[in-house]
Amino acid sequence: MDLDWWYIGELVVNGANAGLMYSLVALGIVLIYKASGVANLAQGALVMTGGYVVLALAYDAGLPMWLVIPLSMVILFFFGMGIERIALRRMAGQPLIMIIMLTLGLEILLRGIVPAVWDRGGESPIIPLTLPADSIFIGDMLINTSYLLGGVIAIFLVILFVYFFRTRIGVVSRAVSDDPVAAWSVGISVERSIALSWGLAAVVSAIAGALWGSIQGVDWTLSLLLLKAVAVAILGGLDSIIGAILAGFMLGIAENLAAGFLDDIVGGGTKELVVASVILLTILIRPHGMFGREDIERI
Amino acid sequence: MFYRQAAIRHTSYDQTKKLYPIPFDKWLVVAVLLVALLAPFAMSGLYLNSYLLPWVIWSTAALSLNLLMGYAGQIHLGYAAVMAIGAYSSVHAMRLGAPFEFALILGGATAMIIGVGFGFTALRVKGLYLAISTLAVQYLVDWVLTHVPAIGGGTQATLQTPTPALLGFEITTDIGRYYLALGWCAVVTIFMLNVKRTGLGRALIAVREKDYAASVLGVNSYYYKLIAFAVSSFFGGVTGAILAFTFFGAVTPEQYSIDISIQILAMVVVGGLGSVLGSFFGAGFILLAPLFLNNMVTGLAEAYDFGVSRSVISHIPLILYGGLIMLFLLFEPLGLAKIYDNIRKYFLVWPFGFSRR
Repeated sequence: MDLDWWYIGELVVNGANAGLMYSLVALGIVLIYKASGVANLAQGALVMTGGYVVLALAYDAGLPMWLVIPLSMVILFFFGMGIERIALRRMAGQPLIMIIMLTLGLEILLRGIVPAVWDRGGESPIIPLTLPADSIFIGDMLINTSYLLGGVIAIFLVILFVYFFRTRIGVVSRAVSDDPVAAWSVGISVERSIALSWGLAAVVSAIAGALWGSIQGVDWTLSLLLLKAVAVAILGGLDSIIGAILAGFMLGIAENLAAGFLDDIVGGGTKELVVASVILLTILIRPHGMFGREDIERI
Repeated sequence: MFYRQAAIRHTSYDQTKKLYPIPFDKWLVVAVLLVALLAPFAMSGLYLNSYLLPWVIWSTAALSLNLLMGYAGQIHLGYAAVMAIGAYSSVHAMRLGAPFEFALILGGATAMIIGVGFGFTALRVKGLYLAISTLAVQYLVDWVLTHVPAIGGGTQATLQTPTPALLGFEITTDIGRYYLALGWCAVVTIFMLNVKRTGLGRALIAVREKDYAASVLGVNSYYYKLIAFAVSSFFGGVTGAILAFTFFGAVTPEQYSIDISIQILAMVVVGGLGSVLGSFFGAGFILLAPLFLNNMVTGLAEAYDFGVSRSVISHIPLILYGGLIMLFLLFEPLGLAKIYDNIRKYFLVWPFGFSRR
């Protein structure tokens, strides 16, 4: 069997771009883990909420797109801060298992309540991001411009966040994540720092929601991105932003190649299989991921 | 009825160590047992099949998960997958000609072996990583069930369950199926009630509180975590099989999807982590609340004439599960069991509440 190299190239490039968009979703998990050591299993629903907010502003309020995106980012920022204030802050000091279940409960609640509030009558409208062309050709490779835009934005955001953690606020949040009590004792407002991380994660979700909504339409299935985001975050290391981007890259390529070659043989669904196996293998072989910090626990 | 502690004076340690220090509790248990045994004769087949039978089965599932989450403190987000493994393997065993009792045990054993295999991740990781690896297991099992025809019977197929037969007697009536589920529920309940009093239960609780501290005290926390995974998976597998044989009458992948895992998780959290009684409360509450709310919303929509679309109605269970999990974790982490306990303690000495202080 001779391989069609253009086909493989197409799968790789589109997979890499889609993977970078997974990293965008995973960034929300990494940001919150980095700032507070809490695993945010509500990230999928946050992305979905972002998509619905963009949709409501664009369709129901009829605003132009250049206004909708910043406005939805602001709205989601306060939404994320609100979640931290109302739910997460009360749980400070509780066992980790309780906090994980709380974020999972939040995920389920949002997954139910947001589509019910902005009911679209069972349809999933596409967010109209006006791009010059639907797809471009490089040689025989067809490249989806929506995915390309997503990949570029993801890389841009990662660079932004790498620099963010070198600013004053970023250093504060690193200090908080390293040792909340010590940070607190030198006068850092731990609560504010953690709330900020939730706000930022929600802002990232708004962007991710708009991008994913422009590709697959806005409905509750956007929250299924959670599993892929979790896989990316785990593979890259939960507290590593660079790791998230590289892991997204790898996962995207791996699952697109698997889907391109194996779907016909086993009858579809290989993407989920790849994602689940990546999670399990990472946890079995190297739980702290590629770039994560290996924590040594004290008794 | 009230002031149940009246005239009960324990004068020796033997009396305070009794299983039921207050006789009222003993009679309450007997009464509940009688109600459970006689209920099928008092209610119509519709109520028996759509309310009482699922309640009994889901309570058993919640109890099994509670052993892992409430006693051993290990989070499991893919419990429906464990139940699916049990159900599918017992159905296949029976189709290949194994007797029902053997098929049930085989289903439990398969679930146990696979559950422990994945539980080995629990040897290396905990907390968040464990939660996510169990979630991944759920997706893996879902994939296998829908994509491997030899196990799932093809993409759109449903596998009919053979007629269960206990000790040679075929179980064909609703009441018989109910008693089968009730019997298994009783076995798990009695196990759960008593395991707390054994060395195993105490070791599990030590591991839950702090696994390092437990190791320092000489409790092998790895070993006990695996035991917890094994026993819980065995119970889960058998319960999944019972669910298929008595309630659904067939097995399909949708019966054991991620939504069901979330539903059982909600039952355990809402009922109360580590509480036997709470599992029954939680299962009943989580099963009945969406039905109740559905009827209420559609009723209100008809009465006040505002349109509620089907898709909104279909979201009600999710809203309820998520909201209840959050509310209980925030305000009553010990769940309905704790609320019941508070009420019971209040009425124990009513109306002489001051005597408690």
